[in-house]
Amino acid sequence: MAKRIVVDPVTRIEGHLRVDVEVENGQVSKAWSSGQAWRGIEKILEGRDPLDAWVFTQRICGVCTTVHAIASVRAVENALQLEIPTNAQFIRNLIVGAHAIHDHIVHFYHLSALDWVDITSAIKADPKKAAELAESLSTWKLNGVHELTAVQEKLKGFVNSGQLGIFANGYWGHDAMKLPPEVNLIAAAHYLQALEVQRDANRLVTVLGGKTPHIQNLAVGGVTNSINLDSQAVLNMERLVYIKDLIDKLEDFVKNAYLLDLAVIGAHYTDWAGYGKGITDYLCVPEMPLDGKGEKFNMPGGYISNGDLSTFKPITGFNDPYFIEGVAESTKHSWYHGDMPLHPWKGETEPNYDDFNDEGQYSWIKSPTFHGKPAQVGPLANVLCMAAAGHEPTKKYLGVLTDTLSSLVGSPIGIDALHSTLGRHAARAVRCAVLVDELKVQWQMLVNNIGKGDTDIYNRPVFPKGEIQGVGIHEAPRGVLSHWVVIDDGKIKNYQAVVPSTWNAGPRNAEDVPGPYEASLMGNPIANPDRPLEVLRTVHSFDPCIACAIHLMDTEQNEIVKVRAL
Amino acid sequence: MSVLVLGVGNILLTDEGIGVRVVEAIEQRYKIPSGIDVVDGGTAGMELLETMSRRDHVIIVDAVNTGAVPGTVVELRGDEVPALFRTRISPHQLGISDLLGVLTVTGEMPKQMSLFGAVPFSLETGVDLTEAMQERLETIVTCVVAELQQLGYDLTPIEPPLSEAV
Repeated sequence: MAKRIVVDPVTRIEGHLRVDVEVENGQVSKAWSSGQAWRGIEKILEGRDPLDAWVFTQRICGVCTTVHAIASVRAVENALQLEIPTNAQFIRNLIVGAHAIHDHIVHFYHLSALDWVDITSAIKADPKKAAELAESLSTWKLNGVHELTAVQEKLKGFVNSGQLGIFANGYWGHDAMKLPPEVNLIAAAHYLQALEVQRDANRLVTVLGGKTPHIQNLAVGGVTNSINLDSQAVLNMERLVYIKDLIDKLEDFVKNAYLLDLAVIGAHYTDWAGYGKGITDYLCVPEMPLDGKGEKFNMPGGYISNGDLSTFKPITGFNDPYFIEGVAESTKHSWYHGDMPLHPWKGETEPNYDDFNDEGQYSWIKSPTFHGKPAQVGPLANVLCMAAAGHEPTKKYLGVLTDTLSSLVGSPIGIDALHSTLGRHAARAVRCAVLVDELKVQWQMLVNNIGKGDTDIYNRPVFPKGEIQGVGIHEAPRGVLSHWVVIDDGKIKNYQAVVPSTWNAGPRNAEDVPGPYEASLMGNPIANPDRPLEVLRTVHSFDPCIACAIHLMDTEQNEIVKVRAL
Repeated sequence: MSVLVLGVGNILLTDEGIGVRVVEAIEQRYKIPSGIDVVDGGTAGMELLETMSRRDHVIIVDAVNTGAVPGTVVELRGDEVPALFRTRISPHQLGISDLLGVLTVTGEMPKQMSLFGAVPFSLETGVDLTEAMQERLETIVTCVVAELQQLGYDLTPIEPPLSEAV
């Protein structure tokens, strides 16, 4: 008989995600993803000045505040068809890139690596062997035997004193942990080093954004970073050089540690290239706009059908009707009235709460579709679409990763392996390397433009009488983010945020087709239902916005075990 | 000395934003002497690592849910602070708890910690505190200012602008 496991994480910051699975013969046979998306934002924004919306929207979430600010100013600018100065675009792009790099590094090392890495095993490693392995693959400066020995001593100290800090809750010794002690030690060392490196990404956001969390430098129409190379008080060459230093530090770690760690760790988990495939219709939007209107981009976006890269259809810009007309949200399985799919500008949010009904309504998240079908969003969608579009940096870093992985495994591993739990982690590392190069490009373009004497940062918005509507699209760390705004006589009439985790965590849609989380869990192995590490591996691979304590309820034994999602 | 006054909370959920509203009030009403940073930490987690590391004293202001009646003002010190975040009675225990875990691992835990908070009356959608919580805000501001005085910092009120003084 099927055994039901309920994994129920709760957080008040990002809403509430619950995952139910039925396990039969050691494999997931049915899955439900149930969540509460933030929907109060419409109520707060109604009647407000659209110029202020971004200040509120970036408080929606505690993990990725800047993305909701960026999408919001883009939405209002789109409604006004307001062009912004190219300097403003480059400054925003630097923030977008640095924020995403921060997010990807923290997600891999600090939120999900411990699903794969056993810290307690690292204590048994031979640091000399570990250093030889690490140094054979990479030039990263902190892979030496002295560094690794020091890390091991530090870990021993934590374990012996019982003061594990953030390592306190983990699936130590779980049967599904497969890394040799030496690889665990390398990963643990990079875990600690990544704590330092992520600060540099955050410093970059702070220098330009004025503050993190919750940046302060945006405006509908541009940015508020005054540029004057002769002034101490504003954005000058000294600040720009500091930013370049930070980019260089990020580049060193991302290319020489993060990207290769995926190969070193992945080589021991190639079976996970066979699990977690789920929905293979992939959606992403173009990012890193190069002009004031959002018509030219350095990172392409588009749609891939059925995992077949030859079907790639580009989304060309902020005004592309292929995207704007393609998005709808269904509420057939969500706790709202109505079940016909509606476009976000016409979106309704009338709650109709019932119980958790397996075949009926079971989630506060709506179910978005792109031209009638669910779509997977996130770094994997982004990397596959960019590769399909022939984006050179993407092809390059994808090649580095698959070549290294193939040589470690001893047999060729191709791009097909990406349609998986492991593939989502790999794609995130590839995207991170692409973003580092893109930061360098954006930095150079900003400096060149200022060098030409252009210091424009802001175009004043003017709101017309009557009703206008706009959409702000952003390829955020977790995938496609879109903010949809309707403005009437200069005041907000309707506001809808369709966030990446809605695309991925959404319930069955109007045609009862499961969402990406649900589909990806099918066939997932479960060795021990009391310690469902494998469920977490697949759900975490999407980078859900839920770094949180979770409750595990076994409905057969009717007992609640508290576990932590690390 | 390096002292941090950190207000955390989600200002979109009425009383959940008490921590942020307290630090806003302190910034608006007092000159902040050097050695003290007053920071609106919003809803963030790991982004605050740099801000919190290697401090002599961190004062956290937050909404807390101790099971006591709404409006109860809470004061905690030393080891009670990380313990509070571990036992999930603050809505932000996740971000802050992870941060304190990381600071333990990196050896950068603040030398001293204290926490001031209040049990929320409402967590409904809205950007303003409830009226009852607005009264608690005054109490907590007074507590934080007194705590800073204990640490050797006298906060002087900002002179009201001339137009208001007339």
